[in-house]
Amino acid sequence: MTQPRANALPDLLKGYALHAGVSDELFDTRGAMRPVWHSFIDPLARMPVAEVEARFARGDQYLRDAGVYFRHYSEGPAQERAWPLSHIPVLIAEAEWAHICDGLAQRADLLEQVLADLYGPARLVAQGHLPAELVAGNPHWRHPMVGMTPKSGYWLHHLAFEIGRSPDGSFFVLGDRTEAPSGAGFALENRMAATRIFTEPFPRAHVRRLAGFFRRFRAALEDMAGPGRDMAILTPGPNNDTYYEHTYIARYLGLMLLEGEDMIVENGQAMVRTVQGLQPLGLLWRRLDDDFVDPLELNEHSALGTPGLLGALRQKGLSMINAPGSAVLETRAFMAFYPRMAKVLLGEALKLPNIATWWCGQARERALVQANARQMIIGGALETGLPFAIGADAALGGEFRGAAPAPLEDWIAARGGALVAQEAVTLSTTPAWEAGRLVPRPMTIRVFAARSKDGWVFMPGGYARIGKTQDPTALAMQAGGSVADVWVMADRPVPADTLVASTSFERVPAGILPARAADNLYWLGRYVERTESAIRLLRAYHLRLAETGDPQDPTLVALASYLAGLDLGIARPVPDALPALIDAARSAAAKVRDRFSPDGWQALNDMAKTARRFTTQVEAGDDAARAMSVLLRKLSGFSGLVHENMYHFLGWRFLSLGRAQERADTMLMQLLAFAAPDAVAGSHEIAIELGDCIMTHQRRYRFGPSRETVLDLLALDADNPRAVLYQLAEMRTHLAALPRPQEAGARMSDVEKLLLELDTELRVATPESVSPSWLAGFRARLARVFDLLSAQYFR
Amino acid sequence: MRYDIRLTLDHSYPAASDHARNLLRLLPSDGPNQRILRRLLTIVPHPNERRDWQDYFGNVTTLVAWHIPVCAIRFEVSVQAERWAGSAMDISTPLRALGPEIVAAGLSSSAPLHYRPPSPRIGPSAAIARFAQAQCHQAYSTREAVEALGRALHDLMRFDPTATEVTTPPAEAFAARRGVCQDYAQIMICGLRAVGIPAGYVSGFIRTTPPPGQKRLEGVDAMHGWVMAWCGATQGWLEYDPTNAQWAGEDYITTAIGRDYADAAPVRGAVRTAGGQQTKHAVDMIPLQAAYPAFSGPEISPLG
Repeated sequence: MTQPRANALPDLLKGYALHAGVSDELFDTRGAMRPVWHSFIDPLARMPVAEVEARFARGDQYLRDAGVYFRHYSEGPAQERAWPLSHIPVLIAEAEWAHICDGLAQRADLLEQVLADLYGPARLVAQGHLPAELVAGNPHWRHPMVGMTPKSGYWLHHLAFEIGRSPDGSFFVLGDRTEAPSGAGFALENRMAATRIFTEPFPRAHVRRLAGFFRRFRAALEDMAGPGRDMAILTPGPNNDTYYEHTYIARYLGLMLLEGEDMIVENGQAMVRTVQGLQPLGLLWRRLDDDFVDPLELNEHSALGTPGLLGALRQKGLSMINAPGSAVLETRAFMAFYPRMAKVLLGEALKLPNIATWWCGQARERALVQANARQMIIGGALETGLPFAIGADAALGGEFRGAAPAPLEDWIAARGGALVAQEAVTLSTTPAWEAGRLVPRPMTIRVFAARSKDGWVFMPGGYARIGKTQDPTALAMQAGGSVADVWVMADRPVPADTLVASTSFERVPAGILPARAADNLYWLGRYVERTESAIRLLRAYHLRLAETGDPQDPTLVALASYLAGLDLGIARPVPDALPALIDAARSAAAKVRDRFSPDGWQALNDMAKTARRFTTQVEAGDDAARAMSVLLRKLSGFSGLVHENMYHFLGWRFLSLGRAQERADTMLMQLLAFAAPDAVAGSHEIAIELGDCIMTHQRRYRFGPSRETVLDLLALDADNPRAVLYQLAEMRTHLAALPRPQEAGARMSDVEKLLLELDTELRVATPESVSPSWLAGFRARLARVFDLLSAQYFR
Repeated sequence: MRYDIRLTLDHSYPAASDHARNLLRLLPSDGPNQRILRRLLTIVPHPNERRDWQDYFGNVTTLVAWHIPVCAIRFEVSVQAERWAGSAMDISTPLRALGPEIVAAGLSSSAPLHYRPPSPRIGPSAAIARFAQAQCHQAYSTREAVEALGRALHDLMRFDPTATEVTTPPAEAFAARRGVCQDYAQIMICGLRAVGIPAGYVSGFIRTTPPPGQKRLEGVDAMHGWVMAWCGATQGWLEYDPTNAQWAGEDYITTAIGRDYADAAPVRGAVRTAGGQQTKHAVDMIPLQAAYPAFSGPEISPLG
């Protein structure tokens, strides 16, 4: 162990320069450390820098292993970025947190009432408390929602508030996220990482736990869904910037993860297409902008939603959180009117003020903005971004962000009601780690709220944004900002708390499998198997090339032409088609990431990366053969994870069905090529090698391979895991475990009948009776299994 | 004038469509200048679901869905309706005074405020705005401005059913100077909004054969589309047909209105199917008896 640092505290805080007129989380206005930080800063200061950084690395490692990422939108193709964790948490005393939550609960009630009024009697507008201009023509106001009442009685169920601390030390609201707030899942991951970093001697026992929030939220969701109705998250899919979080929350809360095409609406009821047919859905937590939810009544070009969902809401056959149309509350100009609406609707002032806001559609406010533009952020009135996420058509501190069109006063006068001004706020600073010391960085906290049967509940901490520089506009992650955990510090140690209450034991039914997920799992099984056989073929080719050194050798020519027939032409030792096959497996896997482990995903990614490297770095012959062996080991790593560790839910059955069918098909193709009566000498050996059966063949047959022994071992042997017959038996076992179509009753389904026929024919066949044309016909009939599976389960 | 209207819409799909679901705005309702005496919508094959309601803009909206695969769907509309020309008197607000009246008109579903900002299918276009400003700058009243823009647009454009598709944005049709009624209407709406006049899309029918001695109108072979423009608190909404350069008077029956075609489209909803769908259209709007004298409002019912 290295020695603790002497004079540790001054050392740690040497670069921590407070800014005048800026409040700070660590120090109060008189420069004294806030009491809540002592128990955290003291052990940090005593710890050698190397140990601190080793701990940070442990947290980062956790996030990498868990596969936490967000998608970065840039000019090139979208990229997955590692989660930018700022390791030092923000500490807030419990009493102060309680004050914040009290204010936000009032605000949440206000937002609910405003929304219910806007889509209901619209009294706020009629009485002049909110300008009609900010509602009509607002791109987030959804006229089809007018007159609707949500099934649960409430429009809002999950909210997030962005709050900051002003120079006078009090908290205020910077923005409301009322549509589909993201970050609650990331907050959990922040906490998991922080838990790994700040073990003893840090004051963990006093940090309020997050799990209770999710437990209460889940209970509320169950109430909303109603008995016997399923719950799901609606995601736009893997290309969304927070898709990781959708999969994470779906797994954590045990919700289905659906895309629009997974559902249909029937008689006002939303139904999920599952492998058991249509199943009623009670609750949809949408992570999709409302405009895309229903192409029939909203954006007609949306391919992400489900036609008829709004009708299902209207007929109360579905609850959706939050209700479509709720994004209108995020309109920046609304901030100017919330203080007044609070007095009108609640009869009280806002307990927690929001950022001072002036709408330039009013003469007096416009004049005030023109006179004070230098202290303001001016942007689009109907925009919904947070104050620090302003666009190009905006002015900050009296300066234009884009090309200046005219004097500022003229621009404000000309655009009028299209503009809104907000106070150019100064955010408080909080410690961030930089080169072994703490430095002050601006921060905002995101507070998550959920409606429970006892009112609003708040996630105690979990998520803060930390600026990269002192510039508050650098807070957004896309601008290089980072994210930190927030610890709400209790006076006394808090009891441990996880999602599952430990006192009861209850076995949850296995849950339903959406048809699209089954389809993707089936294809994942096939593509992984296809990849494996491609790797084996390439290895066989390069091994022989290394032995003979002669590409014109007849068996090599036969192998090369077979490879070319599979689009795996070996103009280069490792063709590009190989990583492309792995990519096909990855894209199937990407759509079902909520259904298998992060380790499996990592293994696939790792394999794709390695294969891609091999396409340019490997030489023909021995080098390539060895490279293929590397890939084969990585692949069996993935297969092991999936087939040894994956619980045998329905999804696993489809994955295994895909694998077995691909194996059978591959084997039939290889037998057609390498066990043909006119195949070149050495072909039988290739067939046996590709079937991984060299040893078995030696033990089972007295003579060197012949066409008959090859067919016997690789087609007709029920005990050889590589044989066609064995795969058919596998497929029949998996199929027997799948739900039967109701209309079939006790009879066999079409796909079961077909497999029984194929199985029987193979069992009564003899090596002598198997002709190439019979094999080809058999293969064509096997391919029909997919059509029948697809008709029964994937639609 | 009283009319018998028959519309037959045939949709056919190359492959049977699974769970087809459509939103229809095919049935007209009573309005300031029209009264519906009878209306009937027949759908073959019979849908498994059908619900009728009034949408936000007041249109009769019909949801239909089939739970079984269907290859062909027929919508048949049969309507008897009466329409009278509005007053020809210009009681519209001066164009420069329109702004405050728009804001003062509030947030009801027919409020002009909904119709001034860009809408899903009609975004701003600098070219159309320049054109509209050039046509309207001499107009004193809002009504004059509407008519000036409508006429100028009619003279500029050429009616050409092959030039555009149902999804062509107005700016594109304007650049090509060609299109059908939907393009004319959406360009005009875009232009009116650019000069500060709230404007929306109207879909409906026009009479098939002209009165004796008059020219046959364009757009009679299918459902027609034109423009509604808000001309101030006193005048209210007026309808103008830029395709035929005239006010949409007693030769017209309004079926649905909205901010643009997306709100008022006769049929909405895609089906899950491979390949494109085919649509056939047949429409007839035949006068039943001699024209009544022009009435100025619904309170003086021509039926007495």
